[in-house]
Amino acid sequence: MKQSMRFTNAAWGLLFISPWIIGFAWFQFYPLLLSLYYSFTDYSIVKATHFIGLQNYVTMFKEDKDFLPSLRVTFLYTVIAVPLKLAFALLVAIILNSKGRFINVYRTMYYLPSILGGSVAISILWRFLFMREGIVNQVLSFAHIPAVDWLGSPNVALWTISFLVVWQFGSSMVLFLAGLKQIPADLYEAGMVDGASRIRMFGSITVPLLTPIILFNLVMQTIGALQEFTAAFVVTNGGPMKSTYLIGMKIYDDGFKLLHMGYASALSWVLFAIILILTLLIFRSSRSWVHYEDGGKN
Amino acid sequence: MLRYGKEPALTGRLVKNILLLALGLLMIYPLIWLFFGSFKTNTDLFGSLSLFPKTFVWDAYSKGWRGTGQFTYGTFFLNTLMLVVPTVFFTVVSSAIVAYGFARFQFPLKGALFALMISTLMLPQAVIIIPRYLIFRNLGWLDGYWPFIVPAIFACYPFFIFMLIQFFRGLPRELDESAVMDGCNPVTILFRILLPLCKPALFSAAIFQFIWTWNDFFNSLIFINSVKKYTVSLALRMTIDSTGGTVAWNQIMSMSVLAILPPLLIFFMFQRYFVEGIATTGIKG
Repeated sequence: MKQSMRFTNAAWGLLFISPWIIGFAWFQFYPLLLSLYYSFTDYSIVKATHFIGLQNYVTMFKEDKDFLPSLRVTFLYTVIAVPLKLAFALLVAIILNSKGRFINVYRTMYYLPSILGGSVAISILWRFLFMREGIVNQVLSFAHIPAVDWLGSPNVALWTISFLVVWQFGSSMVLFLAGLKQIPADLYEAGMVDGASRIRMFGSITVPLLTPIILFNLVMQTIGALQEFTAAFVVTNGGPMKSTYLIGMKIYDDGFKLLHMGYASALSWVLFAIILILTLLIFRSSRSWVHYEDGGKN
Repeated sequence: MLRYGKEPALTGRLVKNILLLALGLLMIYPLIWLFFGSFKTNTDLFGSLSLFPKTFVWDAYSKGWRGTGQFTYGTFFLNTLMLVVPTVFFTVVSSAIVAYGFARFQFPLKGALFALMISTLMLPQAVIIIPRYLIFRNLGWLDGYWPFIVPAIFACYPFFIFMLIQFFRGLPRELDESAVMDGCNPVTILFRILLPLCKPALFSAAIFQFIWTWNDFFNSLIFINSVKKYTVSLALRMTIDSTGGTVAWNQIMSMSVLAILPPLLIFFMFQRYFVEGIATTGIKG
């Protein structure tokens, strides 16, 4: 009797998760294996396919003039955009974590770019705002600052793209806000009794207790940044002089424009490996800086 | 500034509010500017710092709507809805069913399957997009909306599964047990008892999926190639590419305004669910 009950329970459970099992196998696992296989071939829809071993991987490091530069650009972009975004998110969350009549209005204002920013419409707007004759330069000239070639200068364009992503700090901010609300008030009271300054309490109470959320935001934003596509594609189209040619764009170009799908698969596996390694490194390092209230047993 | 300590003095509060307001206005200024820009002439757009148009141009919307001739934005908006609505619907239904399975039942390999499901959160789109393209091509689904809808039917969005699992875990198991006493089976428990209680979570999943799918550009770029089937994102991108010579920027802006309007409306209508959803699950926006 008990045995059969347990069986039915398991059967129901498997039945309920079966859509995911099928979906995972069909749209995630199988494509993953397939792309690994393609990465060792010269697959392209139009010609016969040959198994070429590690040739694609050799090519990208030895012959492809765009690959290493585009990796460099992608890292640079990640290193600029992610810390700036998180710093803004944390700063504003701390300021917003108070009672006040207009807090909800502010929260809405800061969050709004997060839900619209990834769209083509906003990327187009960005392209327009930062044009040579665009509004940003007009405002600068009003303040007697010489015009900046936001989209046309290889040194600046990556920053212009980064601003678009940093502008969307609201989603990380909301997570920080949720975390701040969890910090027990008596910790601060104890700090006050001990005569700690606000800056001291920020460093010794607020930041340590927020580290799990900092970790989560850091991981998610890094994974997202390494894959960025729309901003680079619509705002600058990878230019000028490939200064915003992110690896996501390169994979798209090689795979879908040139139809070098085997080669693009190999590129995507390198990106995957980088994401895995970076995520692992962040988690490893987190042991020394993330504070868990239960002492890390969980 | 912070929640602890004594109430800051009035001047302090004032300074803080002014700062917050200034920064907030800076944040939404591009959006406001986009709106007013859609009524400006090109000379006005490039020649003046003023937010408000010197001369209002009213026809940017009607001219922009006509698109590049063959198809109007009416087609593109309808296409986008035909893609987004089923995708959102099936995402929510399938994610809820799968989440229920994970949250309430014991089965072999459950821990491993759960870990697998969560780890797909990290799977880069780039790694699977080429094989997916080829799979859909073999099935004859390219240039249509099945590549979006079918993965939604099969719960390919671990974000939402995870979010709903968290929500189910918060509902007392006694509910299920007493429903069993009343003769309910697991299906009726899910649909009659638990899902009605999950409305906030289901709403936030639907809202997020609506906005993400509406804004999605990459997947539409890959899977859709005939202009007749274009989504608004693709149409906008086509508009800036195909208008050579003098670009009528106000027309592009007007269509951009319309393109961000549905997510904007959804956001303001369901703001409550929004913040709840993102705060309780930690998903990105």
